[in-house]
Amino acid sequence: MILGSINPAVLLAALMVAATPILLAAIGELVVEKAGVLNLGVEGMMIMGACVGFIVAVNTGSPIIGFFGAALGGVALSLLFALLTQALMTNQVASGLALTLFGLGLTALLGQRYVGITPPRTPKLDLGPLSDIPFLGRALFTHDIVVYLTIALVGAVWWFLKYSRAGMILRAVGENHDAAHALGYHVKRVRVLAIMFGGACAGLGGAYLSLIRVPQWTEGMTVGAGWIALALVVFASWRPWRAMAGAYLFGGVVVLQLNLQAAGVRIPVEYLSMSPYLITILVLVIISSGKGRSLNAPGSLNKPFHASS
Amino acid sequence: MIRLEKRKEPSKFWRIANPFLAVALTMFAGGVMFAMLGKDPIVAIRLIFFDPIFSETFASYSRPQLLIKSAPLILIAVGLAIGFKANVWNIGAEGQYIIGALFGAGVALAFFPAPGWYVFPLMVLAGALGGFLWAMIPAILKTRFNTNEILVSLLLVYVAERILAAMALGLMRNPDQPGFPGSRDLRRYEAAHNAELIANTGMHWGVVAAIIAVIFAYVMMTRHMLGFHVQLAGQAPRAARFGGVAPARLVVVCLGIAGALAGLAGMFEVSGPGGQVRIEFASGYGFTAIIVAFLGRLNPLGIVLAGFLLGLTYIGGELGQMMLQLPGAAIQVFQGMLLFFLLALDFQTNYRIRLTQGMRA
Amino acid sequence: MRMPLLRLEGLTKAYPGVVANDDVSFEIGTGQIHALLGENGAGKSTLVKMIYGLVKPDKGSMTLRGQSFAPTQPSDARRNGVAMVFQHFSLFDAMDVAENVALGMENPPPLRDLARRIRDVSEDYGLPLDPSRLVGELSAGERQRVEIVRCLLQDPKLLIMDEPTSVLTPQEVEILFRTLRKLSSEGTSILYISHKLEEIRALCDEATILRGGRKIATCDPREKSARELAELMVGQVLHPPERPARPVGDVVLSVDKLSLKSNNPFGTSLKDISFSLRAGEVLGIAGVAGNGQDELLLMLSGELLSPSAQVQLKGLPVGHLGPNGRRKRGLVSAPEERLGHAAAPDMSLTSNALLSASERKGLAKNGFIDWPATEAFARQIIARFDVRTPGTHVLARALSGGNLQKFVIGREIELDPDVIVVNQPTWGVDAAAAATIRQALLDLAGKGAGVLVISQDLDELLEVADSFAALNEGRLTAVRPARGLTVEEIGLMMGGAGDMHVAHEASA
Repeated sequence: MILGSINPAVLLAALMVAATPILLAAIGELVVEKAGVLNLGVEGMMIMGACVGFIVAVNTGSPIIGFFGAALGGVALSLLFALLTQALMTNQVASGLALTLFGLGLTALLGQRYVGITPPRTPKLDLGPLSDIPFLGRALFTHDIVVYLTIALVGAVWWFLKYSRAGMILRAVGENHDAAHALGYHVKRVRVLAIMFGGACAGLGGAYLSLIRVPQWTEGMTVGAGWIALALVVFASWRPWRAMAGAYLFGGVVVLQLNLQAAGVRIPVEYLSMSPYLITILVLVIISSGKGRSLNAPGSLNKPFHASS
Repeated sequence: MIRLEKRKEPSKFWRIANPFLAVALTMFAGGVMFAMLGKDPIVAIRLIFFDPIFSETFASYSRPQLLIKSAPLILIAVGLAIGFKANVWNIGAEGQYIIGALFGAGVALAFFPAPGWYVFPLMVLAGALGGFLWAMIPAILKTRFNTNEILVSLLLVYVAERILAAMALGLMRNPDQPGFPGSRDLRRYEAAHNAELIANTGMHWGVVAAIIAVIFAYVMMTRHMLGFHVQLAGQAPRAARFGGVAPARLVVVCLGIAGALAGLAGMFEVSGPGGQVRIEFASGYGFTAIIVAFLGRLNPLGIVLAGFLLGLTYIGGELGQMMLQLPGAAIQVFQGMLLFFLLALDFQTNYRIRLTQGMRA
Repeated sequence: MRMPLLRLEGLTKAYPGVVANDDVSFEIGTGQIHALLGENGAGKSTLVKMIYGLVKPDKGSMTLRGQSFAPTQPSDARRNGVAMVFQHFSLFDAMDVAENVALGMENPPPLRDLARRIRDVSEDYGLPLDPSRLVGELSAGERQRVEIVRCLLQDPKLLIMDEPTSVLTPQEVEILFRTLRKLSSEGTSILYISHKLEEIRALCDEATILRGGRKIATCDPREKSARELAELMVGQVLHPPERPARPVGDVVLSVDKLSLKSNNPFGTSLKDISFSLRAGEVLGIAGVAGNGQDELLLMLSGELLSPSAQVQLKGLPVGHLGPNGRRKRGLVSAPEERLGHAAAPDMSLTSNALLSASERKGLAKNGFIDWPATEAFARQIIARFDVRTPGTHVLARALSGGNLQKFVIGREIELDPDVIVVNQPTWGVDAAAAATIRQALLDLAGKGAGVLVISQDLDELLEVADSFAALNEGRLTAVRPARGLTVEEIGLMMGGAGDMHVAHEASA
């Protein structure tokens, strides 16, 4: 009866929307980790993107410019992380945490005058007859452009890592930075660029939350999405398409949970709303219980690099 | 050209000087931030860092607050620091703090209104146990399944926050006032009240626990094999295994200690200054304690100083909100900046800056 | 004489506290195999890094084929026909052979064409390679082939090889030398870095000897005896360690048909290992890197546990005991990796003394550390084993390789063990320290302890061992008396030749 009231096409459509912000953040972090850097500041960069994107969009009236602003905001914060970890050789875990704490505080400050405002609407992409296809049309072809661009980005990252020379160098730097240095590759330059890409993606993911999914600005509105994105990278074993599958799976859980809340199931809202976090933990456990390091995990992940020569 | 050069030995001078320098830089940057918000930076900085202790007007209220705010920070940070030294990254102390508070409050509410002397000690045990058990989740997942403890402990914070909300609205709601969310006020239940031990000092049992924890941690880290193994495992995991350290046991110990201490902090808070189980009970001590641990150089004595400083920013922040209409988030920015500056300055501890001449081709 | 390909003039490079190269000049002829000979720390690595563009010289100049040559990065060097095979390979475990080769090339062809060329070139030079295999799964010898093929595909004019034979069996060394001679006859110059004298005499046309960062001599190595070269290299006359005759006693350590999975995804699992070690005996275990040496040490030290009865110490089962349980009963060990495994790099020598000695020396009571006693113990090690250090407060990483190794081995010997297991005890250590360490191990055996030396240095094993076995792909050959073994026989044992597997089935 309860499940009967949920329309699968609507569910699928909502799932794609719910998955997009964490998928954006995760695909960025995936590239960062492939370069051998662990940036735990995804949550901070996401909230930065959510806040800056919102402010820019409200002030310019253009969600597109808002998204650009969000990407820049994420990059700005990620550069702080790059400065600390790549130039000043600080601990990556601590620096990532600092980024998150700082980002949460800074955005609470920046965004305090924007609480309760409605941002300009992002239009749905008009796909013409495609969206009239029964079921699939409603589920797949009624979204805003960001949903599709995100899928394209996943494909681009996959191609980049697997087939391009630059992607190969990035993987090499992440796999063994000493060897990459010995061959003359600029380990730090590659890493800084990767970190910036990660920042931009996280920023876009945050803006998707504040401009499209919610759409509103509230303090601390990412509520752990950045951390879930980090978990997603592990779940995906650093493979782009698996990250997308994971994000959609996660989106499904979120949407189902919301639908159950709306349908008035006799479970308190608080317990239903903790399910995404519990599922994430569960998935992490299942993925990590395989023995030893996954062959796909970058060999130099979270190790500091300082050229001795 | 500027080049970083690894020092043969970390500089002891910078290790100690950097936290002070970081505080100074944060005050400066914070001043700039306040100026940008249109406030007088000197007044604002004075209000946050000096007036809570030295001003005639505010000190009578805020001096006792200093112990009240610092004790949980110190209690949590001491436990976290032990883990950080061992490279066990428990960043979910906020969750352990919440669960400890719920366990403690749960015991109190279960005994209500029995007057026995045993209620409070049982609450203490329950609080420690709650935090401990909550920390055992990432610990066991780490040791059994090799699951990343950073992500699990952090995600569990969100779970704990929702359990807290569910408790405040459901099981623990005050039956005498069903219209309001939140439990009975434990301050009005004498057997469970973590009252001030000395009037107008802010001194309560949580402060005593913090002092004991600091001494215990100091002795353990400097004199005991367990502390040696903790440091060994953090600095050179393979050497630790060679030295006979069982990594799994160490993960359990580190998370267990930190969880129990965070749980205690939560319990002392809910039975004293906090007073009741409310949705807004968690105030970020578990996260701020991470900053305290780093600022205190992961050293128990350093953590005491750092705990007081960050406790001060909480009180100063409240004063700032009251007197200058400073946004509450400004303090969060302050705390974040402090950690940034500290981390950034710390390269001087391990590296020497060298100016080299450009190479001739 | 042939026209010089590369001329170095007055190259100088100083690091804080040490002059790595001081006014070094010499020439490498076209098609010449030129040896660069020197001890660890003599400045060989810095010199070749300058040629390869990884380090910029403070002073001096280089001329390549008559042109001024000042590479600012490795790609400059590669474009000029300089290629290098690194000692610690510059390879990426989780990537395949073709990708690894491509990463070392300036303008690699598409991966499919590259794979074909890798096959062709590798077979031409007798170094067969499968381009699609993951490098992490290759043996040390195969990994070196990847490096060499990577260089050959770029048609180098100068090939730099840094200690290439340290990871090869004697048979593989022969193959490598054939390849190098072929290259030389085709006009490629080779700069061959080594401290192995016989090799250099067998292969090289000319040798430049470095000591303490300075050039000592350039000579024709075939006209000098190995002894003369050694004296030029070390600067003093060294005495081989003395081996007092000693009675061999009861079995102190035995391992029975033990198979154990490696804890490292690219490691080598142990297969059906059996041997026994007697009191007073020095058992040498040879093998090329990556054939299970690390795992064997972990299994014996107690860092990897095994069924209790399969490892016996003085007749008692200890397989289930961790490192401290075994130390308490008299089994100590010193792993290969000094910094990070045998010692904690960022801890003081005092703390590092405590690392393995707390149990046996009673340095902790009820878990509380007796720091003064620990420091005294550290001082004792420093004094007895001639560890050069300003004091016990110094961090382990601040010590030179030789001094730290003396400290680590000294620490274990001072525990007065019944059995000691060491892996690569003199790897990367200067000759004087190596002699001290070998002598200390022999003296310990003389006092009646069982000594097990795992080493990739055959000369070392022949110098100290009474009996001899080899590890190959995780299997151990039968133990044979060391006396009378020829290098060829040893090579066959290391290569896993069938007739040496007495009791067990040989791997294909």
